[in-house]
Amino acid sequence: MLYRENGQFKTTYAADQQIFTIAQDKWFVLGVVAFAFLAVPMLADEYMFRAILIPFLILSLAALGVNLLVGYCGQITLGAGAFMAVGAYAAYNFLIRIDGMPLIGALLLGGLTSAGLGILFGIPSLRVRGLYLAVATLAAQFFCDWAFLRIKWFTNDSSSGSVSVSDLSVLGWVVDTPAEKYLFCLGFIVVFAMIAKNLTRATIGRQWMAIRDMDVAAEVIGIRPMYAKLSAFAVSSFFVGVAGALWGFVHLGSWEPAAFSVDRSFQLLFMVIIGGLGSILGSFVGAAFIVILPIFLNQFLPALGGLLGLHISTAAVSHAELIIFGSLIVFFLIVEPHGLARLWAIAKEKLRLWPFPH
Amino acid sequence: MKFRALALAAAVSAVGLTSATVSTAAFAQAKEQFFPVLVYRTGAYAANGNPWANGYVDYLKLVNAKGGVNGVKLSFEECEFGYATDRGVECYERLKGKGATVFQPLSTGVTFALTDKAPVDKIPLVTAGYGRSESQDGSVFNWNFPLLGTYWVGADVAIQHIAKQAGGLDKLKGKKIALVYHDSPFGKEPIPLLQERAKMHGFELMLLPVAHPGVEQKATWLQIRQARPDNVLLWGWGVMNSTALKEAQATGFAREKMLGIWWAGAEPDVKDVGAGAKGYAALTLQHSAEPNSKVVKDMLEMVHAKGQGTGPKEEVGSVLYMRGLISSMVAVEGVRKAQERYGKGKVMTGEQTRWGLENLNLDQKTLDGMGFAGVMRPVQTSCLDHMGSSWVRIQTWDGTKWTPGADWYQADEKLLRSMVLNASRKYAEEKKITPRTPEQCKQ
Repeated sequence: MLYRENGQFKTTYAADQQIFTIAQDKWFVLGVVAFAFLAVPMLADEYMFRAILIPFLILSLAALGVNLLVGYCGQITLGAGAFMAVGAYAAYNFLIRIDGMPLIGALLLGGLTSAGLGILFGIPSLRVRGLYLAVATLAAQFFCDWAFLRIKWFTNDSSSGSVSVSDLSVLGWVVDTPAEKYLFCLGFIVVFAMIAKNLTRATIGRQWMAIRDMDVAAEVIGIRPMYAKLSAFAVSSFFVGVAGALWGFVHLGSWEPAAFSVDRSFQLLFMVIIGGLGSILGSFVGAAFIVILPIFLNQFLPALGGLLGLHISTAAVSHAELIIFGSLIVFFLIVEPHGLARLWAIAKEKLRLWPFPH
Repeated sequence: MKFRALALAAAVSAVGLTSATVSTAAFAQAKEQFFPVLVYRTGAYAANGNPWANGYVDYLKLVNAKGGVNGVKLSFEECEFGYATDRGVECYERLKGKGATVFQPLSTGVTFALTDKAPVDKIPLVTAGYGRSESQDGSVFNWNFPLLGTYWVGADVAIQHIAKQAGGLDKLKGKKIALVYHDSPFGKEPIPLLQERAKMHGFELMLLPVAHPGVEQKATWLQIRQARPDNVLLWGWGVMNSTALKEAQATGFAREKMLGIWWAGAEPDVKDVGAGAKGYAALTLQHSAEPNSKVVKDMLEMVHAKGQGTGPKEEVGSVLYMRGLISSMVAVEGVRKAQERYGKGKVMTGEQTRWGLENLNLDQKTLDGMGFAGVMRPVQTSCLDHMGSSWVRIQTWDGTKWTPGADWYQADEKLLRSMVLNASRKYAEEKKITPRTPEQCKQ
């Protein structure tokens, strides 16, 4: 009744090629973006910004990058953490070694460096696929871990191996309060999500999907596998690299290679699988699930225990958090193997028939 | 089908609803000094994190049992972060809103991440025996307090001890000393000082990193067997330490020639190796295992006997338990000192506590009165020196327990001072901080 495209006629090709062809969708997404830009900065407190919203946004961007590669092009990667690290360290080096380097320039150059390395580590994908490719990309992870721990030049000869960035500013706008950092990240996410959505609707995205669905058939109809696969690696690593740079610059402020360990790679892959492979929305939902749920459980369990008059020890809470988190992952994968984003799609389909289902 | 839909809907709505209700409920009780406690009771480092956390919390309980700080009761809340830097930062953000007095993260990685945040939030960062070594310079690092000792102190004393065994600093020439370190900011921290010392005395320094968490050290010890260093310095934490000792035993490297940092010298590190670790020595951050000290007896009587103890009774007085207890004590004494200036019986803010920590003066009489006789030596901080003391002893594992040696060492003041100033000035330049002048210090 509410959600139905009856009466919305498309009279031009431009109208037919809109991202959101249904008016309700368009207004809903615009509403969410406006809410995030205008209302959230007034509503959220510092804890919300620094501990939840900023990590959520940045990891969503990284998950988006991984989703382009894994979900759209079908190339499994376990090296996402490494590309985040490359983005962060490259951006750091561009910022401190070149005088007058603007912040956004450094972040984007970090992303570009990561894209270059992504192409390099994507070359094995031309010969190996599936799990074997996953193992090959793991090499990127170990190589980068090693490089940033051992090669002193990357960390500007810092004796502890930890680097830090402060005084972020863009064209005179000093990004220092939590709300400003949040808006800064949000700006990146919105632009990059738009780019990702449009890429997947364009020739290049269709090529990726053809390769994913059946690479031999794709080759027969004239898609060059090398171009398609390597472009997917490049774009994905660019997204992940920018996310890594934001993670280091905006979220952590000072970091060491351990911030981008192999755990981070797994975490990003899980986000994409749980959120929904081949779905832009899925990247956000997956990131929310993995970032927010453990923190939520960690605070909710003692509160629940308090209500029941129980005192749960810190260790027990932490163990319970892992158990519940793990079982929820299994639960959602069993009942909805296509990811949480699929639930949203089902809800929309049901809503179209409501209140008179067949 | 129906069940599936129902279960899904229930799960989704449960998560949605409850996340809406649980916001940051700030329950700052009036008249209570709030101590956030960042702990790791789970994960790879839990065996070492647990006794520290128990000691920390137990001491707060002991202060309450004795009537608080001039009548102000202490409250606390633990936050588990599993030695992961990002979760540690989350804990910091969560607990700082509740009126935190001081933060003690027990992780060098988290300390680095919080060093930029502490000045903004005006909460002192106490890192007793870890953290950034250059943060001893309080004129640049206003909010960092590496009380009792830094890794540069540890490294300096380790070299002094080795020299003493060899018969003088001049005997170090031509020797080979290997540093087996945890490959993280924690393990890398002593390297600049050791390099400086190597240059001064002409010994060779071998750097052997071990990847987190440190269970894989076969290659490291193979290198040691080939290069035959005269001494091995062990800069490990958690399971890395016991693994290193087992590997030393397997490769036949004399445990007597091994010297650990104070984080590699506690019961969990050697317990599993038992007699195999006999002769292994480690630095102490002043205290060793102190089961006979008065403060431990008080603790057993006033806290544990009443069923208030946080951990098992047997653990009270062990090395890391004492470390936690002392970390807690210096923070509480900072609050007590601040009350002298800002009003006795009042709850101190982070900013006021910072003043207290900077003007801390615990002489031997005070320490003895608090039950720390034989455990600690005096600590006196100032604006320029946020460390307060650099007393270190050497303790040896005899197969069943740690025994502290009689000698007290101190870091070489001249060398330490110049290195600290160099590093802190460089930091100030990078961060565009103007160091406080002596006049500003007096305020």
